[in-house]
Amino acid sequence: MQHRVIDAKDVVIRFAGDSGDGMQLTGTLFANLSAIYGNGLSTFPDYPAEIRAPKGTVAGVSGFQVHIGSGKVSTPGDFCDMLVAMNPAALKANAKWLKRNATVLVNEDAFDDLGLKKAGFTGNPFEELHIEDRNIIIAPITKLTEESLKDSGLDIASIHKCKNMFTLGMACFIYSRPLDYVYTYLEGRFRKKHPEMIEPNRKVVNDGYNYAANIQAVADTYTVIPEAKEKGVYRNITGNQALAWGFIAASEKSGRPLFCGSYPITPATAILEELAIHKNLGVKTMQTEDEIAGICSAIGASFAGNLAVTTTSGPGLSLKSEALGLAVMTELPIVVVDVQRAGPCTGMPTKTEQTDLNEALYGRNGESPVVVMASHSPAHCFEAAFMAAKIALEHMTPVLLLSEGFLGNGSEPWKIPSMSDFPSIKPRLAVADGSKFQPFERDPETLSRSWAPAGTPGLEHRVGGLEKTHAGVLSTDPDNHALMVAEREEKVQRVSRDLPDLVIDGPSSGDILLVGWGGTLGHIMTAADELRKNGVEVSRVHFDFINPLPGNTREVLSGFRKIVVCELNNGHFQSYLRSCFPEFDYVGCNKVQGQVFLVRDIVEAVAPGLLNGKED
Amino acid sequence: MAKYTFKDFKSDQEIRWCPGCGDFSILAALQRVLPQVCEEKGIDKDKVVVVSGIGCSSRLPYYVDTYGFHSIHGRATAIATGMKVANPDLCVWQVSGDGDALAIGGNHFIHAIRRNIDINLMLFNNRIYGMTKGQYSPTSMLGTVTKTSPYGTVEPPFNPGSLVLGAKGTFFARGIDTELALNQEIMLEASRHHGTSVMEFLTNCVIFNNGSHAHISDKEFKADRTIVLRDGEKMIFGRNRDKGIILDGWKLKVVTIGEDGVTEDDILTHDSRSDNLGLQTMIAEMKGPDFPVALGVIRDVPEATYEDEVARQVEEVRSKARVHNMDELLHSGSTWEQE
Repeated sequence: MQHRVIDAKDVVIRFAGDSGDGMQLTGTLFANLSAIYGNGLSTFPDYPAEIRAPKGTVAGVSGFQVHIGSGKVSTPGDFCDMLVAMNPAALKANAKWLKRNATVLVNEDAFDDLGLKKAGFTGNPFEELHIEDRNIIIAPITKLTEESLKDSGLDIASIHKCKNMFTLGMACFIYSRPLDYVYTYLEGRFRKKHPEMIEPNRKVVNDGYNYAANIQAVADTYTVIPEAKEKGVYRNITGNQALAWGFIAASEKSGRPLFCGSYPITPATAILEELAIHKNLGVKTMQTEDEIAGICSAIGASFAGNLAVTTTSGPGLSLKSEALGLAVMTELPIVVVDVQRAGPCTGMPTKTEQTDLNEALYGRNGESPVVVMASHSPAHCFEAAFMAAKIALEHMTPVLLLSEGFLGNGSEPWKIPSMSDFPSIKPRLAVADGSKFQPFERDPETLSRSWAPAGTPGLEHRVGGLEKTHAGVLSTDPDNHALMVAEREEKVQRVSRDLPDLVIDGPSSGDILLVGWGGTLGHIMTAADELRKNGVEVSRVHFDFINPLPGNTREVLSGFRKIVVCELNNGHFQSYLRSCFPEFDYVGCNKVQGQVFLVRDIVEAVAPGLLNGKED
Repeated sequence: MAKYTFKDFKSDQEIRWCPGCGDFSILAALQRVLPQVCEEKGIDKDKVVVVSGIGCSSRLPYYVDTYGFHSIHGRATAIATGMKVANPDLCVWQVSGDGDALAIGGNHFIHAIRRNIDINLMLFNNRIYGMTKGQYSPTSMLGTVTKTSPYGTVEPPFNPGSLVLGAKGTFFARGIDTELALNQEIMLEASRHHGTSVMEFLTNCVIFNNGSHAHISDKEFKADRTIVLRDGEKMIFGRNRDKGIILDGWKLKVVTIGEDGVTEDDILTHDSRSDNLGLQTMIAEMKGPDFPVALGVIRDVPEATYEDEVARQVEEVRSKARVHNMDELLHSGSTWEQE
């Protein structure tokens, strides 16, 4: 059989197995080595909430999808070119994502009677799933790993833990990935605590690579040759890490020490974990006793002059509502990050959604405006966190930054910026001039008050949750309350003066404007390209800032006959836009499945039937 | 550094407590003690912060001319914690009522104590919800008739001292609104203590729970029903100074000096500084009719504070770190060059 190396423009690979099979790590390593190789990429971890769900069941399947491309990649891909299924359940859970010409690599050793039964198969699993025509590679991965490590001296449990590395080795052969990065990673991971694990893992990866080469199960291997990207130094970064770093950057720029008070919650925890590492940059983190203490400690830290943040996900945001109102009332700068997940209540903690927008905008008692903004990709989380902190400190307002599980756990290559490219941050610090400090006296331009951190000589004052006058004196005077309510609202609206205008992708007028916010950007961009390729003219605009909206929002929307608002909820942003600009015609493209959009979801919403009969 | 008098800590705000409220006397004690606190610590008053939650007592920050934060119900402890960690130079005083600290804020209360944050927590215990006009609180005595317990409560109260010591608190003291001088003494000791200093002040709510502490605070009974503890002094009380506390096996016992061969030497000597949680808990839990209620500093032991440990770790990591700024962090770890 003639072996060919095919140059593919882009390839989607999904690694799936039991939640204990190490598929998240395998996927992450494959992504990282592809990033270093120079590919564009986007990842999508899709895992169950249980740390070790019942073994072998469909509920316990953990998946990690990697989309690599020659150039920039905007989505993790709808359907996959290759599925690695470590057991029958993983095959069952993921068969629907296979492209028609996909390769399926399964671990034969897990496809025994018990494994098939647990996954609910009664006969040939490939026939039952109607995928028998795919290129199926059946490899005894467990046995081969045992064979590979029989002289390693490791016990059988440890040997079995290495089988994901065998799989990784096979995938690396099929997609022509160099193994150097994997070796470097293994060195770093095990050097200190388990140096005895370096060599066995190295051997298994290598044996997996050679095995794939020897069996010739794949007629062709693939390579995704990187296109020349913008010159510079790159790194791979997840959304949660980028958020944490964005705050550290804002702390450096503003000269205000960073404080983060948070309670662990999926999928936001990694932000607190990341910040906890960087004490070398003066970061103080507190793992508080609950969500409320998280935001309250941040409010206390803000009163004491720190750049204060708290990080959470939906249920935690609900718990923080009252305290967020306190930050609104005391007009103290804090940033609240909500890495959204599927709700309501506990919902589906590990699944992604955009269903907290209404809560972010309206989820507090009283007239309680906060700045609401969103990050749109893993790397963009850095800039979003930086901007959230800048707005909070310069406008003396709480800022709610919405991220998503998909962004927090997902990663992409990122051209490392220089801090000199970022704008300055000038906190509105009060200066003692001998007169009595009026805590709620406002800057005539921004309407923000000034900040007198506790401990500043000559600026002693009291704040609190009760309504008061500009002088900080408690007041239930009706006119004063009306004035303060109006000023707090107007202060938030005036933030829009500092925001960049919306940029339209495509003509500034036409029939259809695709609108999105947050982590749907990649999918909407790709859908817009797909529509254009098929002759449907669309324009596209994406919102990073939701309250206030960018200054040119009305002007942009006014150019289109129909506005298609794409979001992973039942229409929060669509209703919001309609309430702000009732004169336009909106329709929704909505999905609430705890999953990201497929590009075809959006294409279908705009042009039903357009993709009928077309390859996925 | 300025030299202050109590007038410097009086704000221009009108005090809105009911006439005769026990809170006035605690406020007065605080305003009188703060000049000495500033002097001892060598700080100006801009370093003093008073934080409160919600409730009658939580109005207090408005009446003290320093930095003040009147926050939300139950959360003062968490806010005070954030302040102290963010800026350990601040001298933080918290005011919370029994509902604020022990009901809605119970979680933050025990965790502040567990962490040993250096804050001075004044717990105003009037055993009632006053601001909402008279409902029972977590410290209301069993059977108390209130608007939400018209037939009497069926739930036993917390003894705040038990909670503090149960959480291995490093400082607990008890005062009472009628004892201005003792309360100042307690506040001064609390300020000197490095860690979470919980001061329970028994206060009288003249409107909704009038006389809740009268059985121990009235002049007629005070000497027999309370004991003021001072380090190194024998635990002697009574109008004739002839009663004392001894340790009888595993239990405390009240004895009369001169009876059954008991002499002053047999009486326990108070020692708040020894790490003796068991004995100190028994002392904090003493109540009538068999025992006098203990007033004064019951426990005051040194332990590392949370904010010091946080700051120490920051310095330690910083001194070893190879990454010193954001640009270096951005380029740390795994990166690659695109040419």
